[in-house]
Amino acid sequence: MAAEEEENQMKAFLILEDGTVFAGTHIGAEKEVISEIVFNTSMAGYLEVLTDPSYAGQAVCMTYPLIGNYGVCLDDMESLKPWPDGFIVRELSRRPSNFRCDISLQQFLEEHGIPGIAGIDTRALTKILREKGTMNGMITTKEYANLDEVLPKLKAYVTGKVVEKVTCKEKYVVEGVKELSENGPISGSARFDQEKYFAGDREKRPSLVTKLNGAGKKVALMDFGAKANIVRSLAARGCQVTVYPALTTAEEILKDQPDGIMLSNGPGDPKECTSIIQEIKKLYDTDTPIFAICLGHQLMALATGADTYKLKYGHRGGNHPVKDLATGRVYISSQNHGYVVDTEKLDRSIAIPAFCNVNDGTNEGLAYVGKNVFTVQFHPEACPGPQDSGYLFDRFLEMMDKAKAGEKVDAAALYGKQEASSEKNTKPAVNGEAADMSNMTKNEGEVR
Amino acid sequence: MPKNPNVKRVMVIGSGPIVIGQAAEFDYAGTQACRSLKEEGIEVILVNSNPATIMTDRDIADKVYIEPLTVKVLEQIIEKEQPDSILPTLGGQAGLNLGMELEESGFLAKHNVKLLGTTAATIRNAEGRQEFKDLMERIGEPCAASKVVETVEDGVEFTNTIGYPVVLRPAYTLGGSGGGIAHNQTELEEILENGLRLSRVGQVLVERCIAGWKEIEYEVMRDSAGNCITVCNMENIDPVGVHTGDSIVVAPSQTLSDKEYQMLRTSALKIISELQITGGCNVQFALHPTSFEYCVIEVNPRVSRSSALASKATGYPIAKVAAKIALGYTLDEIKNAITKKTYASFEPALDYCVVKIPRLPFDKFITAKRTLTTQMKATGEVMSICDNFEGALMKAIRSLEQHVDCLRSYDFTKLNADELRERLAVVDDQRIWVIAEALRKGISEEEINEITKIDIWFIDKIAILTEMEHALETEELTPELLKEAKRMEFPDNVIARLSGKKEAEIVKLRYDNDIRAVYKMVDTCAAEFEAHTPYYYSVYGGECEAKRTSGKKKVLVLGSGPIRIGQGIEFDYCSVHATWAFAKAGYETIIINNNPETVSTDFDIADKLYFEPLTIEDVRSIVDIEKPDGAVVQFGGQTAIKLTQGLMEMGVPILGTQAKDVDAAEDRELFDEILEQTKIPRAAGGTVYTAEEAKAVANRLGYPVLVRPSYVLGGQGMQIAISDAEIEEFMAVINRIAQDHPILVDKYLMGKEVEVDAVCDGREILIPGIMEHVERTGVHSGDSISVYPAHTIGKLIKDKITDYTEKLAKALHVKGLINIQFIAIGEDVYVIEVNPRSSRTVPYISKVTGIPIVDLATEVILGKTIRELGYEPGLQPEAKYYAIKMPVFSFEKIRGAEISLGPEMKSTGECLGIAKTFNEALYKAFLGSGVNLPKYRNMIMTVKDADKGEAIEIGRRFEKLGYTIYATRSTAAALNEAGVKARKVNKISQESPTVMDLILGHKIDVVIDTPTQGRDKHRDGFLIRRTSIETGVNVITAMDTARALVSSLENKEQSEKLELVDIAKL
Repeated sequence: MAAEEEENQMKAFLILEDGTVFAGTHIGAEKEVISEIVFNTSMAGYLEVLTDPSYAGQAVCMTYPLIGNYGVCLDDMESLKPWPDGFIVRELSRRPSNFRCDISLQQFLEEHGIPGIAGIDTRALTKILREKGTMNGMITTKEYANLDEVLPKLKAYVTGKVVEKVTCKEKYVVEGVKELSENGPISGSARFDQEKYFAGDREKRPSLVTKLNGAGKKVALMDFGAKANIVRSLAARGCQVTVYPALTTAEEILKDQPDGIMLSNGPGDPKECTSIIQEIKKLYDTDTPIFAICLGHQLMALATGADTYKLKYGHRGGNHPVKDLATGRVYISSQNHGYVVDTEKLDRSIAIPAFCNVNDGTNEGLAYVGKNVFTVQFHPEACPGPQDSGYLFDRFLEMMDKAKAGEKVDAAALYGKQEASSEKNTKPAVNGEAADMSNMTKNEGEVR
Repeated sequence: MPKNPNVKRVMVIGSGPIVIGQAAEFDYAGTQACRSLKEEGIEVILVNSNPATIMTDRDIADKVYIEPLTVKVLEQIIEKEQPDSILPTLGGQAGLNLGMELEESGFLAKHNVKLLGTTAATIRNAEGRQEFKDLMERIGEPCAASKVVETVEDGVEFTNTIGYPVVLRPAYTLGGSGGGIAHNQTELEEILENGLRLSRVGQVLVERCIAGWKEIEYEVMRDSAGNCITVCNMENIDPVGVHTGDSIVVAPSQTLSDKEYQMLRTSALKIISELQITGGCNVQFALHPTSFEYCVIEVNPRVSRSSALASKATGYPIAKVAAKIALGYTLDEIKNAITKKTYASFEPALDYCVVKIPRLPFDKFITAKRTLTTQMKATGEVMSICDNFEGALMKAIRSLEQHVDCLRSYDFTKLNADELRERLAVVDDQRIWVIAEALRKGISEEEINEITKIDIWFIDKIAILTEMEHALETEELTPELLKEAKRMEFPDNVIARLSGKKEAEIVKLRYDNDIRAVYKMVDTCAAEFEAHTPYYYSVYGGECEAKRTSGKKKVLVLGSGPIRIGQGIEFDYCSVHATWAFAKAGYETIIINNNPETVSTDFDIADKLYFEPLTIEDVRSIVDIEKPDGAVVQFGGQTAIKLTQGLMEMGVPILGTQAKDVDAAEDRELFDEILEQTKIPRAAGGTVYTAEEAKAVANRLGYPVLVRPSYVLGGQGMQIAISDAEIEEFMAVINRIAQDHPILVDKYLMGKEVEVDAVCDGREILIPGIMEHVERTGVHSGDSISVYPAHTIGKLIKDKITDYTEKLAKALHVKGLINIQFIAIGEDVYVIEVNPRSSRTVPYISKVTGIPIVDLATEVILGKTIRELGYEPGLQPEAKYYAIKMPVFSFEKIRGAEISLGPEMKSTGECLGIAKTFNEALYKAFLGSGVNLPKYRNMIMTVKDADKGEAIEIGRRFEKLGYTIYATRSTAAALNEAGVKARKVNKISQESPTVMDLILGHKIDVVIDTPTQGRDKHRDGFLIRRTSIETGVNVITAMDTARALVSSLENKEQSEKLELVDIAKL
């Protein structure tokens, strides 16, 4: 009965470092955590969010209020386990329903030791984070009478070395598909268990990947916390992908003679990754084609002398418009980042902006001058979120093709004509008008 | 891409009269689009035959033509106004079809007029069945596979390639006989053999069966640069098989994982990119519940009912953005009106759940089948927003205004488990109530899912609600339990009922424990950015974002809820105009409404919009926060009037006419006193509660009598009774719903029905004009052809009407609008009914007289006098034009509905005919309502004895127009005897060819059938009328209407070319 259940539910609290306390009910594993609290606006795809290693060191609040509706489909995991320190929802579904549902979200959180809180006003929490910026918080089942014992701990809390936590321990190889038919029905999602997806012998849905244009190519993927769909997207196009731990040296990678190098997404402040940045600079100095996503994009920028800063509350969701400055086309992208490359301090002789965020004008991608190097802040591998920018993997394959053919490639050439207008985009403005700047208070993170 | 500088004069095509499937949403879309165009400095020429719309206001467009929507009329307007472009994608299917016809005939090219937005080639690709199928095949997007077969072998072979089950539809059989669903080869062979034999052409369509799959919709936008976004996706709770307009729909989808969500989203974007849509588009999918297989059901390359819903559900103004895209702008150049910082090229993120429930007309058509199919039957819909599904569903249920407030409102407790299982298989509007009872009786969620194919997630949500009911019944009502019940939006009165307490106790317990509704903002971005749009919904628990603003005086405008027969779009027109008038007078305005199809629920109409149910409790919660200086109820139809008492108890002053005066008009005794004082005659009558009392009154008065409940709109439940037996029947129908007020029994008077709308400032009145009805009394005023100016009544009667109106308005202390219906018999005038509020004729009379009476009424409410507003009181001078309002029906959509006209309203919409002469206006009005005659010049007459005299006169006139008249035995005899040539046809029960064969032969222009008294469904007349309507033959059931039709046709013979009238200049 509803009321009895209510009584059986344990109380839980979310305490923010500014002293705000939300009282709700306990979900997930029973333990107390301190973490950085962030919000994500995706309406579906909570499992992909949970298993995205970029959330290591953070507790995620979902702004969509009904979570867990379709349970957990283990096939949709973006890594081997969930990474956030905590999970915050308005309502956790009592009865998940989906043909692929393996277990409930509650079970999943419990099994992986992730505590959470439900039944709080997640919109109010989101507004606090929007107004005051991302901050630390504690999820606990203990009722603290005196917040003074907790708040100093919250303020002092820093996450560190998260990339080392999430990267793979040893290098491994994923073979590319040999036939298109090995691909599942969804973009880039190679190796779906066909039996499971198609009840009976129904006609197979077309995969979004229509060409094996990566066949025979060897890609080195530096794993800073890579989402599985990066590997899947490459493998689905026929690439053989070798995944390297984050601390692998440039020499080791280059020794394997990859046709192209992919720098993955990952968690944390890019400036913490000092040794990785050095290795990336070495990779940059070779002529190997490089494509980077998210943290990889920021690290490449830092390696080449650019700067990054922390956004007030970041971009996390599946509805962010990004503009390809070469074509003027706008794509809806999946995003998850708290830091961004500072285009104001960007040396235009090294890299020029390739994408910008239509909402706030921040940088979403760079093309490197005179180099076969191209990087984006958003997530073309989607999962969760829109698949609109999946074409960038094909662009990466072209980059490798050209390099193989001995062509000298200048990634910035595509954006050359845009130089004047991209100048405009160094400011948080689109179309000459002031965009939303509320997310752009610089160095907020460092104040703490 | 910036705006195209060559676009300066744009013609916008509206959707015409409101019919089922094409309703108020197009007024909303059209109005928003016109305002968006004008914002860009574009001159807008608007064409729409529907006078009840806001889009046909002179301040919405520069030129307004309320003319019939036919190709000929549009061509004439184009020649006269010379627009450089046409925007056809805002007027529903009607507008789109007209745009296409103009384009295909080469007329647009010849006159250098461009089709804005989506191109004709695109529309053809999306709308043409074969073209669409071919295109989908080309881009690898699946449609439900189908093939026309002529042999059983072919059928079996084809089915083996697509898999079982399959739907079989024999070609050319009436009502789908011979079809069915085959689950295996044996069934297939059996049904196919039978179907092939039954089909006149020996063909059967074999189609992949997708009934029971999940129905998912995406609203997508694309600009000329190829940028695409999805505004919203929606999941139908009712699986494929029920029209999405009749389904309960939730936004965003609830049971789709990201993989399914993105798979369909990608497909939708691929389809609109391939179709090269520029503007808004709706893509409907069927998704197999246990695999990734899906089919594209349909694509609508225009704004639609679903896009109106998506706009309101997300705050993303689809029509406005579509209009800007049509002008050449790209999505990243158009500002998001809600955040004012971000752009239209993003996808709204919702942090709430939206539920839509259709408003079905079965309360009006009690003989009709309640079954829901792929043919839409709903006249309107309600939407609700909450942070949980249970709450959204509960709010939507009580918004319906169908005497339902929870999942117990339809009583199925008498059914046992087996009967419930059977009932669950019936797909009708009461299904969720049946599911609730099934859960109470212990039927498992899995079994219910098995039978209904409704996703278990939704069934479990209903279970959570029934569990809460049980907890409220059996457990002590602790503050915690109450809080949880309120979180699920159980209304106080339901909690009181279940817990055996009084509502007042519940309210007290709530307030004592600070359990109050708080309001959250719809902001398109899940709070990621600061929003500026005060568009609110309630939840229980958490922070309240609605802040009481101070400074200005504040007025609450109550909307009119879902569109239903009797309370249509007219009341939205009145609410919106009142809101604008209050704003102009310096007031802060607040609208409460729950109808996603209307202009009033657009977020930029009032200063604040509360998207909430219109019940006393929901209104009180808003009043608690806003503390308005007053509320105005006279513009929102009966919905708002019903809240008057409650508002007064909350201490909110009612602006304008007071509640006690509204009561005086409805309360028989009080009203009789007023008539006594003012010496105004009315038909004798009495008030009753039981059938026995009713029969006594009827016998005292003498039959025929008029029986009706009080406090209703649209004459709901009103009947003319000629015998004790009928009284018993009608009283039983009325008393099916417990009546709070007595039932009225009046002597039926036959005469000319006349209607006025007037503004009264307390001392003097202003009557913009007198309207008279073509049909004599007995036909509901909303279903009558209404003529302004009244041309068959003399000065004496007009003076009497003016005098009575003034007396009544003053006696009732009216401040604002009043509507009165009279009967004129000879030199006598009787009053039928007084409504001290706005009426359905207000937009019509405002437009044709050029007197903005809602604005005037609002000013009067605020203290101005009629003289101060610059008008001489009394009846205003008559216009030089005849303006005729023609009712439009949707009978063909509702199987089994009785179509003959009577005192209960049945029309869904109206159109206008305006011209210098009466007959031309009449012709235009008929044309606008879809009666485009003559075609074959064959007609059928079958009239009751009392009408035979008139039938002769009318028959003679049709004969003169070259009509061949077929008539049933006695009608034929009467006609022939009088020298009107009529061919006798057999009755249905007689040998072929019968009257039915004649109708099915598709060569009949019109059937004139006046029904004999009584509501016997099995009579020939009923069958004749239904068959005619279902085969597209015009049916007329009143002699007055028939006479009007023949007059209009006579006019047509005289002049082919119609004179066009720009309403904006009146």
